Amino acid sequence: MRRQRKLRGLERRKVISGYMFTLPFTLGFLIFMIRPLFQSLYMSFSNVDVSAGGFKIIFAGLENYKRAFTIDIEFNRLLTEEILRMCINTPAIIVFSFFSALVLNQKFKGRGFVRAIFFLPVILSSGVILGVEYNNSLLAGMQEMIAKSDTGTSITGAIQDILVTSGVGTRAFRIVFDIVDGIYDVAVSSGIQIIIFLSGLQTIPSSMYEAADIEGCTAWEKLWKITFPMISPLFLVNWVYTIVDFCMRSDNQVMEKIREEMVVQINYGFSSAMAWVYFLIVILIIGITSFIISKGVYYYDE
Amino acid sequence: MTNENETLSEVYQKRTFWERNRMSDGYLLKKVIWNVFIKICRALLLFGMCFMILQPIIYKICISFMAEEDLYNSIVIYIPEHFTLANYKLAADFMSFGESLRNTIIISLTVALLQIAMCTLVGYGFARFNFPLKKVLFACVILVIVIPPQTISTALYLHFRYFDIAGIFKALTGNAINLRDSVLPYYLMSAGCMGLKSGLYIFLMRQFFRNVPKELEEAAYVDGCGILKTFIRIMLPEAKPILTSCFLFSFVWQWTDIFYSKTFLGNIKLLSRQLSMIGDRLNAYVKTTLGDAGGASLAYTKCIVSTGTLMVIVPLFILYMFAQKGFVESISNTGIKM
Repeated sequence: MRRQRKLRGLERRKVISGYMFTLPFTLGFLIFMIRPLFQSLYMSFSNVDVSAGGFKIIFAGLENYKRAFTIDIEFNRLLTEEILRMCINTPAIIVFSFFSALVLNQKFKGRGFVRAIFFLPVILSSGVILGVEYNNSLLAGMQEMIAKSDTGTSITGAIQDILVTSGVGTRAFRIVFDIVDGIYDVAVSSGIQIIIFLSGLQTIPSSMYEAADIEGCTAWEKLWKITFPMISPLFLVNWVYTIVDFCMRSDNQVMEKIREEMVVQINYGFSSAMAWVYFLIVILIIGITSFIISKGVYYYDE
Repeated sequence: MTNENETLSEVYQKRTFWERNRMSDGYLLKKVIWNVFIKICRALLLFGMCFMILQPIIYKICISFMAEEDLYNSIVIYIPEHFTLANYKLAADFMSFGESLRNTIIISLTVALLQIAMCTLVGYGFARFNFPLKKVLFACVILVIVIPPQTISTALYLHFRYFDIAGIFKALTGNAINLRDSVLPYYLMSAGCMGLKSGLYIFLMRQFFRNVPKELEEAAYVDGCGILKTFIRIMLPEAKPILTSCFLFSFVWQWTDIFYSKTFLGNIKLLSRQLSMIGDRLNAYVKTTLGDAGGASLAYTKCIVSTGTLMVIVPLFILYMFAQKGFVESISNTGIKM
């Protein structure tokens, strides 16, 4: 009896300390997330009038959303462009980081050095450095012109010419070539994903591979029958991370437009509306895709 | 005649490669060739990848030392003909490098420390204690990871522009406080785990702490250690690798962050912000000081921007060289289960 009460004491203490430990998050979430979230949702349905002493919010119904979709000339184009880019790049990043992690997990001379280079983009291509070339509008415009008039041949260009003229699956090829051309983008943005995959590869018990070796498995079979299922939960994690990361990149043009509208034009209602549209679409994509992926994920412990 | 004392493997060792190959019906040779082929392919692939990642940086380094006339010279590609340090001087001028560097170091360091301290606490709380509503709260963490900060930035912006707690300040002074020009809001947000990528750190910490054996804690409780003391004395030393990793990431991302710096740290000179303005500054400089109405040329702007970028990332690069293990090896070798 006495022992049980004591245990309950400990349990209770644990519950209390659980709350205490997570208190910073709870507070921060309530103050800096929930409140602004609802406020910005409300603002997206209204016009915000900023004056000297404060700001007034005048309800305006769906006007901002109408403006975003029907009146604003850029928004639709930027939105479809960015989402299309996301849909193409995300699978490419996942595949690239998976195979890079497999290679980087092997033992070879200079592995540490190669790893160091692969993770360099995590530092060197984050935040401002990624977007700095785009920040000068004049520069960006001229670069586009130069790129268009540039007749220098590239290997992918040549192969593309050959394949396209042969007339097989032109559209499908174009997507592939877009990915190949953008391989630098892909490599640069898959640093964290490689780290996550690597850490997952470490958790696979080596006894599994030994057993497979004894049974006479080939390396190819081992990859698909052991490695792939064992780190399949990480595909989900990486998938979500990649999409989210893509939204927050500083060269994301939709975000750039939203920020511009907010800071330069001081049009809070309109920028909130655009942010919400983008956010909802992204949430929808994440929700649907992770539901599909989670069907195929294999959990070893359960 | 084989010596009786020799073991079987020694006999095997004494045979030549070709003898062994013949014994295995050519399998050995095939396997060796295959292995060498794979090694060569891998080396080529890795070399290509590494080159692809490094090439832009190498290019930036090269053009940062070029004088302006080299940029227009189509013969000069990588090695500058007129070696000069003028670009660095100019870029440092445009960015007010000394002051920005100092500010950036202070801000990044303090914010990263605060952020990691808080995220460690929260992550530990999620990993090790069971309490009602825990699942709901953790879903909120996922939500924080997923919501782009831009969605709430408008509201936060106004929130801090006209900061007030239940109308107290307005009643006292007649005006709300403008917190937008101070660092305080950002520190508050970092302390509330709503800073740059805080959700990710909480998630990583939780995954790490979940894998630490429970027996460690239980032993500490049995020996009469309190919950807080257990956390500080037992769990924190255990979590060193993930702590360093998260701290370094936080530091570096804060260093290069542009979104939060632009929104909340408006009037503090930070490297990331200065760098984003360098192109326009150069243009203005060329127009007014050099009196060239056309503004800076494309190549020259590119050169100065590259120089500025290099100056911003060199401190990070040095940090990376020394703490490479902390960045990558520790996190990828701990084997965090997701």
